[in-house]
Amino acid sequence: MITKVIVSRFDGMGLIFLGVMAVVAIFVPLSNLFIPESSFLHVPTYVMALVGKYLCYAILAVSLDLVWGYCGILSLGHGAFFALGGYAMGMYLMRQIGSRGVYANPLLPDFMVFLNWKELPWFWYGFDKFPFAFFMILFVPGLLAFIFGWLAFRSRVTGVYLSIITQAMTYALLLAFFRNDMGFGGNNGLTDFKDILGFNVQAQGTRATLFFLTALTLILVYLIGRWMVTTSFGKVLVAIRDAESRTRFLGYRVEHFKLLVFTVSAAMAGLAGALYVPQVGIINPSEFSPANSIEAVIWVAVGGRGTLVGAAVGAVLVNFMKSVFTTGFLAPYWLFLLGAIFIGVTLALPKGIVGTLNDLAGKWRRRPVREASIPRLAE
Amino acid sequence: MLRNARLLAAFLSMIFLAVPLAPALSAEISPATFGRLAADEFSETATAIDEVAASGAPNAQAILEALGSARLFFDPTNKKIYIGGTGTVTDAATGTSVAAPTGLQTVRVNNRLRRAIENALGTLTLLSSDPAKRRAAADALFKSRDASALPALESALKSEQNAGVQRLFAEARAAILLGQPDTPRADIIDSITLLKARGDIGAIATLRSLSDKAAPDLRQMANEAVASIENRLKMLSYVQNIWYGLSLGSVLLLAAIGLAITFGVMGVINMAHGEMVMIGAYTTFVVQDLIRTRAPHLFDWSLPIALPLAFVVAGLVGIAIERGIIRFLYGRPLETLLATWGVSLILQQAVRSIFGPNNREVGAPSYMSGAFDFMGLSITWGRMWIIVFTLCVFFALLAALKWTSLGLYMRAVTQNRRMAGAMGIRTPMIDALTFGLGSGLAGIAGVALSQIDNVSPNLGQSYIIDSFMVVVFGGVGNLWGTLVSAMALGVANKFLEPFAGAVLAKILILVLLILFIQKRPRGLFALKGRAVEA
Repeated sequence: MITKVIVSRFDGMGLIFLGVMAVVAIFVPLSNLFIPESSFLHVPTYVMALVGKYLCYAILAVSLDLVWGYCGILSLGHGAFFALGGYAMGMYLMRQIGSRGVYANPLLPDFMVFLNWKELPWFWYGFDKFPFAFFMILFVPGLLAFIFGWLAFRSRVTGVYLSIITQAMTYALLLAFFRNDMGFGGNNGLTDFKDILGFNVQAQGTRATLFFLTALTLILVYLIGRWMVTTSFGKVLVAIRDAESRTRFLGYRVEHFKLLVFTVSAAMAGLAGALYVPQVGIINPSEFSPANSIEAVIWVAVGGRGTLVGAAVGAVLVNFMKSVFTTGFLAPYWLFLLGAIFIGVTLALPKGIVGTLNDLAGKWRRRPVREASIPRLAE
Repeated sequence: MLRNARLLAAFLSMIFLAVPLAPALSAEISPATFGRLAADEFSETATAIDEVAASGAPNAQAILEALGSARLFFDPTNKKIYIGGTGTVTDAATGTSVAAPTGLQTVRVNNRLRRAIENALGTLTLLSSDPAKRRAAADALFKSRDASALPALESALKSEQNAGVQRLFAEARAAILLGQPDTPRADIIDSITLLKARGDIGAIATLRSLSDKAAPDLRQMANEAVASIENRLKMLSYVQNIWYGLSLGSVLLLAAIGLAITFGVMGVINMAHGEMVMIGAYTTFVVQDLIRTRAPHLFDWSLPIALPLAFVVAGLVGIAIERGIIRFLYGRPLETLLATWGVSLILQQAVRSIFGPNNREVGAPSYMSGAFDFMGLSITWGRMWIIVFTLCVFFALLAALKWTSLGLYMRAVTQNRRMAGAMGIRTPMIDALTFGLGSGLAGIAGVALSQIDNVSPNLGQSYIIDSFMVVVFGGVGNLWGTLVSAMALGVANKFLEPFAGAVLAKILILVLLILFIQKRPRGLFALKGRAVEA
């Protein structure tokens, strides 16, 4: 009975996605660690690092799909939440370096010694403890989203206005984090990490574990998202997306729904950023650049918004193409391709890959497709 | 004192000789002076320094500088003086380059002589034929308040013809007099009045240097003068901030004005707007490049030539975007945002492929460079023309919307598309033309911005967020609102900068804007309507 309830929460795509993710989560780290390099099945470390990065982006995309695909809030600020989570993780990792830095200061990170700072700024306190850092990873983006959303949704800033001010928020944060006196390492950001929870960040075992955790988090985030959108809460979200005024007239406090989903989504994005940082080994202010946030939106659009699975697929697909196109002789053409993807998807493939596949599958089965799995275009 | 008197006498005689021929000073250094230098005795050298300075000879400065830096040599055998160079030396008397004779010795100087040389060099430039050099000398004296230069300064003051330089000389004299304990009372009062009129930071410092022995009422007078200057300077800095703010505001307005059409009037989110600006800037670059290679004498005309071209090029690109992409997305603003972002990426990369990723050099025509002084404010011509130009564009646009038939159609289509269509207006064509107009305006902005910003493929990106904020802040669909908001944002930015620094000021403005939009989601001057949601 319980299994039936669980299964009923997932459409075909969701089940396939969960299956694939479970295999990836288990197979890739194990293969990297235990299958000899000569073997055909061996996954080299650099591939694992790359796929790990894609999966972080996929988490970000799923969180964005939750607000855009289901609630119609086109946030151009999710890159900022991602980066804030990343910075929280980066601060923890910086504190773990301890006296092994270039200047061997047991308390202050290198860049502070370099800037001639004498004591740790107050907002760096506590980041030497992982539980606190983990709390901040979720709390800081969540809090920012809560305040921002509370202001914006209460005064009914919607549509493109909201997009533009979220972009302004990202831009303001970008400028702020570039400043040296902010205490976040200025334009160099935070890097040169050594340990995470006592394990060497560079070690193969740590990398495999991080990969496994990332895949697991993606599954978890997907399940939470799926749970949110298939309950009656999710139905209200879709109602808000398609007819905000009507939903309000029906008696729902629209801003509360929006605020909750926006805050949860921001915390998810922060988590993605936190997983991203130890795997790529650096976090700097360029992560705040508005272009990153818009790129995240296009991942969701490519995969198909309002599907969650599509967001993850789109993130992996677009970033895989980016990896292929930004190396070697194809490099000058990447922006042409990315631009073409932006235009092509919005014009020709408004439902994205997964949405279109769902449609085709629905036609093939000759039966009405379940409502929740089909994104209707927000007005 | 004796030396000063002699110097003065030399000056006076020289002036009598030189005034008929002024400002060309054709005096020469007498052989006797060279003889003194060649003697290599400190007392003789001191006299020689004064004589060289008094001679007003064109090579006097070179000789004194060489002496100060131990590059002045004499030949013990024939008592000739040479200025040392690398390898060859210059005969100080004739100015011809010769191979260095053997056995040259340096004319020695001590610290007292070095001071004398410095003073002599300072006074020497007081008599230079170049007014700019005389100004510089007066400024240097004003700062150093060197009493020993007073006689030379006074004689220079008497002979000076140029009114501006004369005032500077008088101010320098006043500054020196104030510092002296034995200046007569009347002179001090005159000096204070003069410095009060000058009214800058240097004058404050000089007034504060008034000797402690001065009478209390004189000190009181000086203090009042300082207070009045400080007040004036404070006012001036406000005016300057406002001016800088208006200058920044006009840049914002230029960048946003096209957006006020496409976003404000048509409701299209055009993220490629910044790239239209960039296209305009690159059009300017191409025009200048062609002019440089084909017709350099037309260089000053490059901007007037580039303006219509930029309008047409950017306008055509805009129309192509509208016909090719945006028209399929009307009513779906979020999709439009994404698609036009894609367009912006493609345009950036296209420009990068054609012109390379680096900054391109766009020169300033003669009327755009330089600055002029306006009531103590230094105003650069470039900035001023940009403000004037921006206002011209703005009012031309207002007039076009109000009085041309295209403007009429545009307003009709915006207000009621179906009714306009029913009246026979071809709405799709008006859409395309409106979008072309907005893009063309962005292109024109690019021509102006190429003068103050780096022309690179990223030019547009730096303006896009600011432009949107300006339009949203001003109120969508309201050109006057855009004008007010651009200027307000520019001025606010410049007033915050002294307290917060440039970057923090910008951040603060962004945060304030975000908060403002919460309060008034439709901007400063919202269009009133009954629609629940637009």
